[in-house]
Amino acid sequence: MSSRDRVLGRVRRALADVTPDERPYEEAVNRGCLREHGHRTPGQTVELLAENLADYRAIVHRGDAEELPDLVGRLLAGNGSREVLVPPSLPPGWLSAADVARLDDLAESTPHRLDQVDSVVTGCAVAIAETGTIVLDGSPDQGRRRISLIPDHHICVVRVPDQVVSSVPQALERLDPARPLTWISGPSATSDIELDRVEGVHGPRKLEVILLS
Amino acid sequence: MSGTFVGMPAFPEAARDAVRNPTLRGNLRHATHTIRAKRARAVAELDDWPALREAGRRIKDHTLRHLDRYLVQLEESVTAAGGTVHWAADADEANRIVARLVKETGESEVVKVKSMATQEIGLNEALLEEGIRAYETDLAELIVQLGKDRPSHILVPAIHRNRGEIRDIFRAEMGEWGRPAPEGLTDTPAELAEAARLHLREKFLRARVGISGANFMVAETGTLVVVESEGNGRMCLTLPETLISVVGIEKVVPTWQDLEVFLQTLPRSSTAERMNPYTSTWTGTTADDGPRTFHLVLLDNGRTDTLADQVGRQALRCIRCSACLNVCPVYERAGGHAYGSVYPGPIGAILSPQLRGTASEIDASLPYASSLCGACYEVCPVAIDIPEVLVHLRERVVEGGPAVRQGNKVILKPAKGHAAERAAMRAARWTFTRPGALRTGQRLASRTRRLHPRALPGPGRAWSATRDLPPVPAEPFRDWWQRTRGGKDGAK
Repeated sequence: MSSRDRVLGRVRRALADVTPDERPYEEAVNRGCLREHGHRTPGQTVELLAENLADYRAIVHRGDAEELPDLVGRLLAGNGSREVLVPPSLPPGWLSAADVARLDDLAESTPHRLDQVDSVVTGCAVAIAETGTIVLDGSPDQGRRRISLIPDHHICVVRVPDQVVSSVPQALERLDPARPLTWISGPSATSDIELDRVEGVHGPRKLEVILLS
Repeated sequence: MSGTFVGMPAFPEAARDAVRNPTLRGNLRHATHTIRAKRARAVAELDDWPALREAGRRIKDHTLRHLDRYLVQLEESVTAAGGTVHWAADADEANRIVARLVKETGESEVVKVKSMATQEIGLNEALLEEGIRAYETDLAELIVQLGKDRPSHILVPAIHRNRGEIRDIFRAEMGEWGRPAPEGLTDTPAELAEAARLHLREKFLRARVGISGANFMVAETGTLVVVESEGNGRMCLTLPETLISVVGIEKVVPTWQDLEVFLQTLPRSSTAERMNPYTSTWTGTTADDGPRTFHLVLLDNGRTDTLADQVGRQALRCIRCSACLNVCPVYERAGGHAYGSVYPGPIGAILSPQLRGTASEIDASLPYASSLCGACYEVCPVAIDIPEVLVHLRERVVEGGPAVRQGNKVILKPAKGHAAERAAMRAARWTFTRPGALRTGQRLASRTRRLHPRALPGPGRAWSATRDLPPVPAEPFRDWWQRTRGGKDGAK
C-alpha cells in the first residue's frame, strides 16, 4: 500500500463516527465577519494606511505625478544610493530625475550581484489600510520577488486611492492566488531577543512608501 | 516525534529544575507578560473578534471532517501548478523523502525556514546522518542551533535566553558554522541581529535548496502560505532553485477566502501585531520567479490518530500562534523545556500525548501540566477547549481505554505511575457509597487527629513537600450538622 493510501485510509477510518454533512461549503461555514472595521471615506482610509505604515516604521511620503520624479530622486540621494534595481516595466518617468545607475533584473543576474545594489523601486498590487501592508504580486512594475528582498532599501509607490483597500478580506478579493504574492508590513523585524523589536534582519532595513495621488 | 527529546524526565521533575532557575523565570515572566498585554490591545482593535474566532473554529472543523477530500483536492491543485506531492505516514518516512530529494539535487547544504513540523520529526538530525547540513535561518532558531539547545516556545524558541547568553553563544559558535561573529560584539539586540544578518546572508546567497513548513495550504488553489517577520523566510522561499515544504495534513484550508480569517487572527494572537512584517504565498512554481522545483511533503505522524479521538481531535485546529503559552501560569514558571516536546505549553500538553501516545513517562505526565484555569481557551483564536482535552487525556492515562495508534485500534493500559491514584479513587468510591463506613471513618479521623503526621509518607511526600496537609476538624461536619441543625441552634 502506498503511503498516500495509508494516510487517506487512516483519515477515513478516524472520521467513521462523524455524521455526513453534505451542505455546500458556503453554508457549512457561515462567517459573519466584517468586511472592514469602521466606516471611512476613501480619504480617511488613505490616512489610516499612512498612520499604520508609519507605526511599523515604514517612512511615508506623499506626492502627485508631477512631483514624483524629484521625490524619488531625493530619496535615493538621501540614502546615498548609486545603483538602483528596477523591475521590467517601471513607469518611465519615475526615475527620470534620479542621478543613479539603473540595473535591470535579468535572469542571469546572480543573487550576489543583486546584493551589491543599493536600492530598489517598485509599484504595488494593493495596500491594506487597517494593517499597514503593501502587497506585491510580481506584475511588470513590481518584478520578481527577489528584487524587493535583497537590496537594503525599498521604495514602493502606491497609487491612492485606487490601490488602497481597508481590510485583509478586501485585499484577498483583489489578489490572484496563482501569482507569487509578497505581503510587506514595515521593514524586516525580529523580536527574538528578549522580545525587543529590532528592525532590519534579512529583508530591506529601510522601507519608504510613496502615496501617489 | 523528534529524537531530541527522548529520555526526558516527566514534567514534574523537569519543571522543578526550571522553577529553581531565577534567570529563566525572569526571562519568561518578562516575555510572557509583555506579549500578553500587547495581544490584548491588538485583539481589541477588531470589533468582530468573536465572529473571527468562531469562523476560524468552523473552517477548521469543517476541513477536518472532510479532510480526505480536501487533501486530495490540494494534491491535484499543487500538481496542476507544477509542484510534486509526497505523502509521509510518519517521521522516518518524511525524513527519508526529504533526504532523497536533497541528494537528487547534488547539494549537501540546505537553508531552513523555521518550521514546527520539521522540528517535530527531527529533520536536521536525520539529514546530518545522511551527510546534509541544514542551516536554521530564523534568529531564534539560529540561537538554539548554535547553542546546541532545544526550543522552548513555539513563536520565540530562544525565549529562555537573555541577550548576554545570546552574545556568548554567537561569539563562541558562529565561526564553527560559517562567518564568525564580528569583533567586539556587544549584547545590544540591534548588534546581535546584525551579526546574524551577516552570518546568514552568505548562506542565503549561495543556497540551492530551501526547506520550509507552511502556516496554511489552500486546497482550492494549491497555494502555500508562510508568515514571518525577519525576511529569512522570504530568502529561503525565493532564492533557492529547489524548495521542499514539509507540512502537517491538518494545515489545509478549503478556499482562498478562508485566509481572510486566519491572516487577521494569527498575527494578532501570536506576535500581537496588526500584521506580521512578511507573508509569502506561492502556488506551485512560477516561470522565472522563485524556485523552479517545488516538493510538498504531506505529514501524518500521529495526526490521524489524533483525528480518531472524538474529544482530542480539536487540537488539530491549532494554527500554532502560541497565545496559550503566553497566558499559562504553568508555562510561565516551568518554561518550555519541561514539556519535553517541540510543542510546549497548554497546546503541547494536549498535542504531544496525542501525536506520540501516552506510553512514555513524559507523555503520561503532560495532561497534568496544567492548573485547568482556562486562560488558554479564552485566548485561543480557533477556540480549542484545551481544559476539556486535558481532563479527557488524564482519564485516559489513569483508566486506559480504546485509542488509535499508527492507524490501528488499541486498548491502552492504565499508566503505571497512577496505581496509587487509582487505588485511592476506588477506595473513595467504595466509601462514598457506604454512609456508615464514611461516618465511622470520619469520627475515627477526628479522634486521632493529634496523631496525624504533618507530611505524607511514600509517594504522597511529593504533594506535601510544597503544601500543608489540611487539619482534620475536631468534629466531622455531618455530626456538627446533626447536632446543631446547620447552626440554627446557636452552636458555635
